[in-house]
Amino acid sequence: MISARAFTTRFLGDPVAICAGTVALVLVLMAATAPLIAPQNPYDLMQLDIMDSEMPPSWMPGGDPRFLLGTDAQGRGVLSTIMYGTGISLLIGLGAVAVQGVIGVTLGLVAGYRGGWIDSFLMRLADIQLSLSTLMMAIIALAIFQTAFGAATYSQLAIPILIAVIGIAEWPKFARTVRASVLAEKKKEYVDAARVIGLPARLVMFRHILPNTLTPVLVISTIQVAEAIMIEASLSFLGLGMPVERPSLGSLIRSGFEFIFSGSWWITLYPALVLIALILALNLLGDWLRDTLNPKLRRGED
Amino acid sequence: MSAPILTTEGLEMRFALPTHFLSREKPVLHALNGVSIAIAEGESFCVVGESGCGKTTLGRAIMGLLKPSAGSIHFRGQRIDGMDEAARKPIRAQMQMVFQNPYASLNPRRTVFDTLSEPLRHLQPGLGRAELRERIEAVLAATGCDPSWLRKLPHEFSGGQRQRIAIARALVTNPAFIVADEPISALDVSIQAQTLNLMTDLQAERGLTYMFITHDLSVVEHFATRVAVMYLGRVMELAPVEAIFRAPRHPYTQLLLSAIPRLEGGSFAQTAAPGELPDPVNMPPGCPFAPRCPKAQARCRADRPDLRDVTGTAVACHFPA
Repeated sequence: MISARAFTTRFLGDPVAICAGTVALVLVLMAATAPLIAPQNPYDLMQLDIMDSEMPPSWMPGGDPRFLLGTDAQGRGVLSTIMYGTGISLLIGLGAVAVQGVIGVTLGLVAGYRGGWIDSFLMRLADIQLSLSTLMMAIIALAIFQTAFGAATYSQLAIPILIAVIGIAEWPKFARTVRASVLAEKKKEYVDAARVIGLPARLVMFRHILPNTLTPVLVISTIQVAEAIMIEASLSFLGLGMPVERPSLGSLIRSGFEFIFSGSWWITLYPALVLIALILALNLLGDWLRDTLNPKLRRGED
Repeated sequence: MSAPILTTEGLEMRFALPTHFLSREKPVLHALNGVSIAIAEGESFCVVGESGCGKTTLGRAIMGLLKPSAGSIHFRGQRIDGMDEAARKPIRAQMQMVFQNPYASLNPRRTVFDTLSEPLRHLQPGLGRAELRERIEAVLAATGCDPSWLRKLPHEFSGGQRQRIAIARALVTNPAFIVADEPISALDVSIQAQTLNLMTDLQAERGLTYMFITHDLSVVEHFATRVAVMYLGRVMELAPVEAIFRAPRHPYTQLLLSAIPRLEGGSFAQTAAPGELPDPVNMPPGCPFAPRCPKAQARCRADRPDLRDVTGTAVACHFPA
C-alpha cells in the first residue's frame, strides 16, 4: 500500500491529475454551496417570473445582467439551476455507488470466500444482471414506480428511488472485482492464522480479507460515480429521472432540448458542458488512481 | 515416554478434484491415507517428505483448517475433529501454528499489536487492556522482538523479524502444542539458524511440544526427537532421530538420506533413484514406493505393507533393512 505522502507527491507531479482534481473539487464545492452562492433559488416559485423566460446569456443582445447564462422556459436562471442540478446529480451518483458498493462488496466477499455453489449462484446472478442493460432495467423500474406512485409522490421520492435503482442495477461490477481479490487473498497464510484461532468466517471476511481488497474498490468507485451520474442523466433526459421542478443536469439538458431549434441553445449547452466536465474529471481521476495504486506500475518511489 | 499430547488415528484426507458436472468419473485425490501418529508431551516431532507427500495437509488437519474425511484426532485425550466451535475454543488456545511464509502470514494492514492481540481477544475475552498489553509485551520479549515494533506494520520488517512476530503470535495464548509448517524454509540461511535456536530456547523455557514439518533433513537432525517419514500420504517410517539417521530401515528413508549433500563422499557419484511419484489420484494397489524401490518384489506391487514395529522403530515395508 502506498503511503499518504507518496500519494500526495504523485498527485502533485501529474498535471492531468491536478486538472481533473481541481475541476471535480470546484464542481463539488459549487454544488455543496449552491444555496449560498447561486444568484436565484430555482425551487422558489416566488422568485420566478414567466416574463424572464428564454433570455439569452447576459452578454448577448436581449440578455439580462441578473442571468449570466440566460434563463430557461420557466424563467429560471441557467447558472442557478446548474448549481443546484450538479448537487442533485452528485448526490444520486454518490448514493448509487454507496448502494452498489455495499451490495457488491458483501456479495463478492461471500462468493469469493465461501466458494462452491454459493459462489456459482452469486456469480451467475451477476452474469444475468450484467447481460441486462442497466438503462433498460432502470427504465422499466422507473416507469412502474411513476405509474404506481403518481407523478406528485414520485417527484418527492425521485432521489431515493433513482439511487436504489441505479445501485441495484450495477452491483455486479463491485462483486466481481472484490471476488477476484478475495480469491487471491484467501489463499494467504494470514487468513489461515485467523482461522487457526477459530475466528468465525464473518470476522475473517470483514476484518482480515476486506481491508486487503479495498484498493480496487476505491478505483472502481470513482469511475462508477461518473457512470451513475451518466445513467441518471440519461434517465432524466428520457423523462424518467428527476422531475422538472427539481432538475438534475440530465433533466436540464432535456428541458432545453425542445428549445434548441427555436434558438435558445444556452438552456441545453451549459448543463451539458458541466456534465461533460464532471464525468471527464471523475473518469480521469479514476484512471489516475488505478495507475497510482497498481504496484506493478509503481517505480520504487515509496 | 509420557502420555501423548496429540494422537491421530487412521487419519484420511480426500479431496474431490474439479470435474465437469456431467462427467461420471469423480476423481479423488488421497492426500492422507490412514495416518496414525502419537506425539508425546515436550518432544519435537518432525514430519519429513517430498513435496506433495501430505505433510502440510497433516498439519492443517490437526489444526482444524481442514476437515478430515475419516479417522480421528485427539488432543490430551479429547477428540477435537468435528468438535463444535464453542467447545473447541479453550483447546484452540492450547494449539497454535507457525506458517511457512512470513511475508504472507501477517496481515499487511494490521499493526503488530493488532496481530498479536487478536488471538488473546478472541480466545480469552476476559482480559483487561493492561493485562492484554502486559501479555503481549512479555511474549515480544521472549521472542526477541522490540516493544517499539507494536505500532508498526509488517512491511517495515525483514523476513526473520516477521517470522519472530509470527512465532510471538503463536505463543501469545500460551499454547502447549505448536505446529510449525516449514517455518524456516522461506528465510535466509543466516536467519534459519537464529530462528531454530529461538524455537529451541522457547521449548526449553515453556515446555512446548512441536510438530515440525520440513523437507530439510539437516534441520531434522539438529532439531527432532522423533521423525515421521511420509510418502504419498502415508507414514513410511517412524523412529527416534538417532535411529533414522544411524540405521534407516525403510528404503525410502535410505533414499532420502542419501540425497543429503555431504562434503565427503558426495552424493553425485550415486545413481539417481529411478522412477517418479505415482499418480496420487490412481494409486497402485501395492506399496506406494514400489515403483521407485530398488528392493521391490512381486509382493510389494500386490500387497500394501502396514506400519509395524521392528525393534524400536515403526516401518511400513515388507523387507525392512
